[in-house]
Amino acid sequence: MKIVLHNKFTLLLTCLFLIFTQQVKAQSDTLKADKHPKDSSQITTQQGAIYNRPFINLASTGRLSLAIGGYIEGNTNYFVTDGIKEGFSMQLRRTTIFIYSTVARRIKFLSEIEFENGTKEINIEFAALDFEINPALNFRGGIIMSPIGAFNVNHDGPRWEFIDRPLVTTQIIPSTLSEAGFGFHGRFFGHNKVFTYDAYLVNGLQDGIILNAEGRTFLQEGKHPDRFEKDNNGEPSFVSRVAFNHRKFAEVGLSFYGGAYNSYRINGIKVDDRRTLGVYVVDFYSVIKKKLNIKGELVYVNVEIPQSVKPFLGNRQWGGYVDLIYPVLKRTVLKYENTVVNLNLRLEAVDYNVGEFSETGQKIFDEIKAVVGGISIRPSGNTVLRANYRYHWTRDILGNPSVRTAGIQVGFSSYF
Amino acid sequence: MKSKFLLIASIITFIVVACSKIMPPEPDPEAVLAGPVEDLSPQQMANHIKGDEEFSRVFGVSDGLGPIFVAASCESCHAGDGKGHPSTTLTRFGKYNGPTWDPMISEGGPQLQHFSISGYPAEQVPSGIFGMTRLVAPAVTGLGYLEAIEDAAILALADAADANADGISGVPSYIAPPNYFIAKYHHQPVAGKYIGRFGKKAGAIDLTQQTANAYLNDIGITSDFNMQDLYNVQTGNNTGDNVPDPEVSASTVHNVAFYMRTLKLPPRRNAKDAKVLQGEQIFLNIGCGGCHTPTLTTGNSDIAALSNKVIHPYTDLLLHDMGNELNDNYTEGSAQPAEWRTPPLWGIGLTKDSQGGQMFLLHDGRAKTFEEAINYHGGESSGSRTAFQNLTQSEKEALIKFLESL
Repeated sequence: MKIVLHNKFTLLLTCLFLIFTQQVKAQSDTLKADKHPKDSSQITTQQGAIYNRPFINLASTGRLSLAIGGYIEGNTNYFVTDGIKEGFSMQLRRTTIFIYSTVARRIKFLSEIEFENGTKEINIEFAALDFEINPALNFRGGIIMSPIGAFNVNHDGPRWEFIDRPLVTTQIIPSTLSEAGFGFHGRFFGHNKVFTYDAYLVNGLQDGIILNAEGRTFLQEGKHPDRFEKDNNGEPSFVSRVAFNHRKFAEVGLSFYGGAYNSYRINGIKVDDRRTLGVYVVDFYSVIKKKLNIKGELVYVNVEIPQSVKPFLGNRQWGGYVDLIYPVLKRTVLKYENTVVNLNLRLEAVDYNVGEFSETGQKIFDEIKAVVGGISIRPSGNTVLRANYRYHWTRDILGNPSVRTAGIQVGFSSYF
Repeated sequence: MKSKFLLIASIITFIVVACSKIMPPEPDPEAVLAGPVEDLSPQQMANHIKGDEEFSRVFGVSDGLGPIFVAASCESCHAGDGKGHPSTTLTRFGKYNGPTWDPMISEGGPQLQHFSISGYPAEQVPSGIFGMTRLVAPAVTGLGYLEAIEDAAILALADAADANADGISGVPSYIAPPNYFIAKYHHQPVAGKYIGRFGKKAGAIDLTQQTANAYLNDIGITSDFNMQDLYNVQTGNNTGDNVPDPEVSASTVHNVAFYMRTLKLPPRRNAKDAKVLQGEQIFLNIGCGGCHTPTLTTGNSDIAALSNKVIHPYTDLLLHDMGNELNDNYTEGSAQPAEWRTPPLWGIGLTKDSQGGQMFLLHDGRAKTFEEAINYHGGESSGSRTAFQNLTQSEKEALIKFLESL
């Protein structure tokens, strides 16, 4: 019996020794892997593959370079259209989760997963790898946010002083436009100056741009879910933005998005005329006398329309907005240090259909003009409380008397 | 700092307190055509709202639009429930085979669908037509009241042989009913045909028929009433869209018809104005009221709010020969090419608010002013036209003031 116990004790010691030595070996291997990361394509056993993943190995050593963040924004709505009250409602517009990882030196990954209005709409807005060759030349591939203007790539709620996005960015530019694609971006530095560029090939927008349930040419309807899987016509679209930034004065950007949008060929066989679209954007941002922030975008769209619907759908659109943000207070408020209070004004307009009726020579309207006033309070740089008063004038395609809509919104947005 | 706090607090207070003042008010009810009939029950209001939503629904390709069509929604032709615009006119054509009118169905007739979905051929007007017309969509307000007028009331106004020798000889339009038509208590069929009262040629008996036909022929939307999609019979290879039929249900058609039935009477403005009253008298004196009958009374309706109401539509719902001036050599039903159903004049004073600020009058929108429209009146209305032309300028202005008040 004693022999048995002795043998058991020896066995236990042997096991503990083996486990200890393996752990030391494992730590030693991990440390080595940090210097020369193990090639994840090489696995020791097929069975162990699910746990033999770099982030698990790195996490086990506390060296994982992974960050999770996001932002949330919600608001109340009270709108009246020509005396008809919609009543009071509350809305959780967005809950967005960011996941960031430095995969290796000069290889980065970022994803942005967005839940709109609860779980009504769930989208991957961005999920891309960045390979830095040097600061002036980076390769990016994945689901990217197309750089059409400044807003589409800089749309996080906490960065804006207004609750609603500018009309032109949702009604003309189909923000947020995320697409499968790849390309290059980079920046060149000078004294107080930065020149930046982005240029990508993407699958592009699709047929829904015309003959959709909006009854007008509407780029937002061209965002077919299949665009992440394949190009509808096998011909990528091109998107690019170049910008000049002077640290003391302003940033001005020019963007172009264009390509064939319709499914003019199926399995390589031509079934329709090839039709293209072009989106041209000028965006700007400036701070005057270190106080008044001005930013805005001006957008022009040109869409080729089939002859069979030409009088019915617009082939030209434009829109724009200007935001004026003026800080009136910066002090500790309710123990929130450096609270900033801004008074804000937005002027905006969109014209869905530029042209004249061939039958009468009258101007085609189909446009919205709006003015938004508001106040924003920033108890911290990453959190904003906002109150807006909006007033819209909507004119139908014929230019009949405007439908007037006004509303009061109160909301918040914050990074976390 | 305190002053800044006060400023901000004042702004917030102003916004909250002045909430009702800074919201857009309801437009003057007398200035708009849209709106429901008064005294509808809550359940009827719910149906009216459902119909309103469908009336303004825009159809896209994925909803079944087309493959050939004229418009993508009801509202695109009847903006604000008002009269349509020349950009959304319907083009219709046909020819005679001997004495019989041929709507040329085998060649895409009687209506041209000049728009089409991508990759599909739009229709062209075929060769060999006898006549073609372009039709501006009518206002849709008050139609429920017109539907509730008893056949007997319409027949009482008819005078096919011009027995009273006033030069006006209105006749009813008799239409073969579709298989889903349900006759009402007052209908008086002749040889299986019923009096048509909707459409420029009075080609539809009731609003259900009018609605179902508009879904199919104007938007290319099939329903339980018209199951087969339109296609381009000339070059469409018998193919349609890829959306299963029916693209809308019978309930949807009924809701839209109910919406139109329960739209309010077009409102009057300045009806007691002296100049307007003078114009109204001139209107009657020169014989306009011979066709544009000022007053009718509805019969019993399944919608209580429409029953037994005295209304002022300024129509007799009969066909009249309007002479060569308005003859497009096109017809429907039992109407002759020069015959048109008297269009109701109620709401005509608000026409420009649904036509982009300018009036386009008559069946094809050719007249830009009331005076121009009157001067196109020929045939049975020649006498009234001559009488109008002989009015003094002041009398003409009074008559036009009256029309603007409708």
